[in-house]
Amino acid sequence: MSSANAHNHHEALVHGHDEHHDDGAAHGSFKSYMIGFLLSVLLTAIPFWLVMGEVLPSKLATTAIILGFALVQIVVHMVFFLHMNTSSEGGWNMLALIFTLVLVVITLAGSLWVMFHMNANMMPASVHEMRNLP
Amino acid sequence: MQTPTPERSELMQTLFGRLSLDAIPYHEPILLATFAVTALIGLALVVWITRARAWGWLWRDWFCSIDHKKIGVMYMILALVMLLRGFADAIMMRLQQAMAFGDAMGYLPPHHYDQIFTAHGVIMIFFVAMPFVTGLMNYVVPLQIGARDVAFPFLNNFSFWMTVVGALLVMTSLFIGEFSTAGWLAYPPLSGADYSPGVGMDYYIWALQIAGVGTLLSGVNLIVTIVKMRAPGMTLMKMPVFTWTSLCTNVLIVAAFPVLTAVLVLLSLDRYADTNFFTNDFGGNPMMYVNLIWIWGHPEVYILILPLFGVFSEVVSTFSGKRLFGYTSMVYATVVITILSYLVWLHHFFTMGSGASVNSFFGITTMIISIPTGAKMFNWLFTMYRGRIRFELPMLWTMGFMFTFVIGGMTGVLLAVPPADFVLHNSLFLIAHFHNVIIGGVVFGVFAGISYWFPKVFGYHLDKFWGKVSFWCWQIGFLFAFMPLYVLGLMGVTRRVSHFEDPSLQPWFIAAAFGAVLVGAGILASLIQFYVSYKRRAELRVVGGDPWDARTLEWSTSSPPPEYNFAFTPRVHEVDAWWDMKRNGYVRPTSGFLAIHMPKGTAAGITLAGISLVFGFAMIWHIWWLAGLSFAGLIGAAIAHTFNYDRDYHIPADEVTRSEDAYTRALAAQEA
Repeated sequence: MSSANAHNHHEALVHGHDEHHDDGAAHGSFKSYMIGFLLSVLLTAIPFWLVMGEVLPSKLATTAIILGFALVQIVVHMVFFLHMNTSSEGGWNMLALIFTLVLVVITLAGSLWVMFHMNANMMPASVHEMRNLP
Repeated sequence: MQTPTPERSELMQTLFGRLSLDAIPYHEPILLATFAVTALIGLALVVWITRARAWGWLWRDWFCSIDHKKIGVMYMILALVMLLRGFADAIMMRLQQAMAFGDAMGYLPPHHYDQIFTAHGVIMIFFVAMPFVTGLMNYVVPLQIGARDVAFPFLNNFSFWMTVVGALLVMTSLFIGEFSTAGWLAYPPLSGADYSPGVGMDYYIWALQIAGVGTLLSGVNLIVTIVKMRAPGMTLMKMPVFTWTSLCTNVLIVAAFPVLTAVLVLLSLDRYADTNFFTNDFGGNPMMYVNLIWIWGHPEVYILILPLFGVFSEVVSTFSGKRLFGYTSMVYATVVITILSYLVWLHHFFTMGSGASVNSFFGITTMIISIPTGAKMFNWLFTMYRGRIRFELPMLWTMGFMFTFVIGGMTGVLLAVPPADFVLHNSLFLIAHFHNVIIGGVVFGVFAGISYWFPKVFGYHLDKFWGKVSFWCWQIGFLFAFMPLYVLGLMGVTRRVSHFEDPSLQPWFIAAAFGAVLVGAGILASLIQFYVSYKRRAELRVVGGDPWDARTLEWSTSSPPPEYNFAFTPRVHEVDAWWDMKRNGYVRPTSGFLAIHMPKGTAAGITLAGISLVFGFAMIWHIWWLAGLSFAGLIGAAIAHTFNYDRDYHIPADEVTRSEDAYTRALAAQEA
C-alpha cells in the first residue's frame, strides 16, 4: 500500500519530464477489450483449424488466407489493445504508422525483388541442378 | 588460437568454456606492448583519481547521473578515447601498406592485419561516430527545445552504459582472444562457424548487440523528447535545424537498428545453434545477409551525417550573422533524405548479380539523393552570401566540410553509376570515397560542433591557435591520405590487402601514410587544445551565456547551464527563438523562482550494463552457466529497479534563486 502511495505521489508531481502521463490516447473499456480479445482468439483459431484440419486442398490458398488473417489480427491489436486511431496523440500515431508501413513495404517488397533477381541470375540454372538443391 | 587443448578436462570445459590461458596473446609482441601501455595509462588514471579522492564524485556526479548534459559529455569522452584506438588501427594499416612490397612482408601477419581493418571499421562507426553524434544530440537537443531533461532520463544513462559495454568488449578482444577478421559488416559465409570458428566473430556480434540496445533506446528517448517536450510556441516548423536533423536521425535509428539486431540474431543462430540462414549449403543464402545488413547499413550512414548537417546549419547562420537561408527547404531536404535513405541499399552490392533492372533502379535513387544534399549545400552558401562571416573555429571546420564533402559527394555519384561500380567496387576508390564523406562530413562536423558548443558546456572557449593547427593538419592530412587512394583505386588496387607485388604503387602508399601521420598530428593538436584551454580557462572564460551572439535557445541560459537548464520555461515565437528574444527586448526574470522538480541519479544503469558485460563475455567464450546466471541477474536487476520509487527530488527555490542571482551578477559585470 505504501509503495502504491509513493507511486501516486510521483505521478502527481507533473513537471517537465513526466508530462507524458496525459497522452491524449483513449483508454479502452471492458467491452472494447472483450471485443478485441474475442476477435483475436477467433482470428487465431481459424488459421489453426485450417492447418490442423487440412480443410483446403491447396496449400497456397491456406498460406494466403493465414497471411490475410495475420494482417487483420495486427489491425485488431492496434485498435483494441493499443488504442490507436487517426487522432490519438495528436495524429503522431497515425504518422508513425504510415511511416512504418512505408518502410516495411519497401523492405519486404525490395528484398523479394532483389533476392528474386539474384536467385534467377546467380543460382544454378539447369532443372537437374535445381532438383538436386537441398 | 583458443581451441582447447585435448587434455582439457570436462570440468574445466564446463567452468571456462573456450577460455584458457592460451587465449592471452603473450606471444605477440605488438599486442603485449599495447597491453603494457594501456595498463600503464589505466593505472596512472586510477592512481590519479584515487589521489584526488575523486572516486565518490565520479560515481555520484557522473556515472550515476541522469542529467542529459553530463551523459552527453560522457558520450563525447567515450568517442574521443575510442577515436584514439581507431586511429591507432588506421596508422598501423597505413604503415603496413607503405612497407609491404615485394620481398618485404611488412610487420603485420595477415591474420593480425585482418583483425585490424575489421576493428578499425567497427570502432570508427559504432564507437566513435555514433557516440559523438549521440553525445551532441544528448547535450544540445533538450537545451535547444527549452526542456529540462530528456523524456526518459534513466533510460538515457542506461543507453550510455550499454554503448560503453560494447566498446569494452571490443577492447577486451585485443587482450583476451582475438577480434573478427571478417570486415566491419561480417559477410557470411566468411563470418559463419565454418570459416570463422574463433571467438573474434562472437566478440563482434555481442559488442554490436549490446551497444545496439543502447543506441535503439536513446533513439526512442530523443524522439519522444523532441515530439513531446518542446517549449510552448515551438511548432515543428519553428524547431532549430539541429533539432530537426536529430529528430530525423532518431527516426532512422528506431526504424533501422532492429534490422541489424535481427540479422545478427540470425547470424548468431547460424553460429551457435547450427541453423542455416546464411550458410552456403542446406538452403542457406549468404546474399540475404548482405541484402538485410545494408537495409540497416545505408540508413546508418545517414544517421551519422544528418545531425552534422544540423550542426553546420547552426554554425553557418550564427557566424554569418544571418538567419539560415531556406529554412523550410532545409527541413524538407532532411525529411526527403530520411525517406530516400531507405531506397538505395542495393548500391552497396551492385556487383552481386541482381541484373540491369534492379541495378538501374537503385542507381537512379542513389543519384536522386544528391539533389536534397545539393540543396543543403546551396542553402549554406547562400546563408554565407553577404553575411558578416566571423572565421571562428566552428566556421573553419564548416568551410573545410563544404570543400571536402563536395568532392566526396561527387565521387559518390560516380560510384552510383552501376557500370562504373563494376570497375570501382571493392577498390581503394571506394575506401577513399567513404572516408571522404565520413571524415569531411562527420568528423569535421563533430569538431565544428565541439568548438561551437564547448563554451556552452564548460563556460570557457577552446584555444584558437591549437584549434587552427588541428584543423589544418586534419584538412591537409586528409587530402594526403585519401587522394592517393582514389588514384590507386582507379588503377585497380583492391581494399583489405596487406601485401603488394607491384613496387610502382609504393610512392602512393607512402604519401597516404604521410597523410595519416598528419591526421595523427591533428588529433594530437586537438588533445593539446583541450589541455591548453583547460590551463588557460581563466582568460578564456565566457562571461555571459551567449559568447557567439547565437540564435537558438540553448544560448539563452548561462554557460555552463544550471542543472535545471531553464529557471522558467521559455516561450517561442520565431525560428531563431533566442535571436528573436534578444531583438525584441526580452528581459530575463530575476526573481520569483520556484522549486524545480528533477529526476534523481541512480546506479541501476551502470549495474545493468555491467551485468550485460558479463553476459556478453560468457556468451563469447561459451561459458554457459555464467551466461545463464548473468541473464537471470539482468532480468532480476531490471525488475528490482522498478521497485525503486525514490526517483525524483526538488531543487529548492532558494537554491534556484542563488544560482540565478549569480548569473545575474555575472551578466551585470559583463555590461559594466
